[in-house]
Amino acid sequence: MIHFDKVTKIYADDSKALDEVTFSIEPKEFVSIVGHSGAGKTTLLKMLMAEEEPTSGKVFFGSTNIHKVKRGELNMLRRRMGAIFQDFRLLSKKNVYENIAFAMEAAGCPQSEIETDVPHVLELVDLSKKIWNFPHELSGGEKQRVAIARAIVTQPDIIIADEPTGNLDPMNTYEIVQILKKINDLGTTVILTTHNKGVIDSLKRRVITMENGKIIRDDKEGKYNL
Amino acid sequence: MWAKTKRVIQSGFVNFWRNGSISLSAVLMMIIALFVISSVLFVGALLTSALNQIKDKVDINVYFVTTAQESDILSLQKTLQAMPEVKSVDYVSSDQALQDFKDRHVNDQSTLQALSELDKNPLGAVLNIKAQDPSQYESIAGFLQGKNFISRDGTPIVESVNYAKNKVAIDRLTAIIASSQELGFVVTLLLVLLSILITFNTIRLVIYMSREEISVMKLVGASNMFVRGPFVVTGVMYGLVAALFTVIVLYPIMYYTHNFTLAFAGIDLLQYYLRHFGEIFVLLLGSGVLIGGVSSFLAVKRYLKV
Repeated sequence: MIHFDKVTKIYADDSKALDEVTFSIEPKEFVSIVGHSGAGKTTLLKMLMAEEEPTSGKVFFGSTNIHKVKRGELNMLRRRMGAIFQDFRLLSKKNVYENIAFAMEAAGCPQSEIETDVPHVLELVDLSKKIWNFPHELSGGEKQRVAIARAIVTQPDIIIADEPTGNLDPMNTYEIVQILKKINDLGTTVILTTHNKGVIDSLKRRVITMENGKIIRDDKEGKYNL
Repeated sequence: MWAKTKRVIQSGFVNFWRNGSISLSAVLMMIIALFVISSVLFVGALLTSALNQIKDKVDINVYFVTTAQESDILSLQKTLQAMPEVKSVDYVSSDQALQDFKDRHVNDQSTLQALSELDKNPLGAVLNIKAQDPSQYESIAGFLQGKNFISRDGTPIVESVNYAKNKVAIDRLTAIIASSQELGFVVTLLLVLLSILITFNTIRLVIYMSREEISVMKLVGASNMFVRGPFVVTGVMYGLVAALFTVIVLYPIMYYTHNFTLAFAGIDLLQYYLRHFGEIFVLLLGSGVLIGGVSSFLAVKRYLKV
């Protein structure tokens, strides 16, 4: 489903963020990517979202070479991916309902579908009571649950979660991971980057370990081992 | 398509409303820009009226000998009136000239006494000629000097034409009018450009603050048009609200200054404002909407490259 083929990224200051990275992810997999800060995890995800261009190598999403897609058509590709970030990145002037509806509106979903799907997905992340609240009125855990709801509401093929528990306490971390597991159980591929040893060890899923822009380990049922 | 357009417009309205203080500052900047644009209009009207008043004071006077026949003078008046350069020719008979002279010197007893000692009216008739434009006095004077106006019995009827005396003043005035109009145009253009630039920068700053959100919208899968649209609608709203506010506030300003402008430049700006309300409103609305919309459209562009 996703294939990185000898992907290298060298930034303008000559720092090598990725060094000939090659790996594949199959549909319905739950893959965690671990590594120290600066190991290249976020760059990897940015490549997948077409936020960054590789210096060399190719990134495929299905049979599509992501970096050959025209800028005007990138949005179509991104609608097949749901992104979750450490800093939540909710739209501050929109309430919970509108934040989630935005992803559906952008995808051109009809109003009736939005009106039924948004409350439904909020139920899934257990936030129905906060539907009309604005992001600044929510706790960190709640914000991240809104972000997850926004990411899954368009039923993407893959969820890309970049350190989603980085700003959360253990209780919220546990809840977010449970939600991600549930999403994966329902058939959506999940890619998760994290620093959290407890999360990785409890998941018992595939773990890719990175160091200095290279993959140093790829275990089918791995543990946090740095 | 319609559903998307509706969402874009709705989102633009909501952004405008929820960004309260930011929208307010953008609208205030826009109001300043629109005031500059409207003041250009009013200063233009004021200047034109003042210049017209001055132009109106310039004329050529043809003085006739006292023996000149009224019929000869009137036929010359007709000839002059037929010239395309001539705006008007006023005839002042010798009796009227005497009366005017007396009126002017009503407090000057010695002059009036000297006048009363003369047994006949010493003043000849006068033709006061006004040109369409000050630059045309030269050709009118040329026409008057090139011909010898004589009566039926062969005596000349024109005593003097005062163009030569007025020439320096007329030439200077013509030059001042021409250069003040040129200068006015350049200053106007500069002021308008400057105010547009300041408004553009304010809107750019407003959108700069939203750059993170723009990138999130893009990552969530929104098309450029779907991200940009609401910003453009909000920009148009700035223009709309600012234009409405400006036309409303202009009324009391015109009301309190109209006596002054009437005395200073001979134009009642309140009347001018009310007479041209439609055009002024459309101009301000059009400028506001265009500046707001285009500024937003351009300002968002650089953040869409995600």
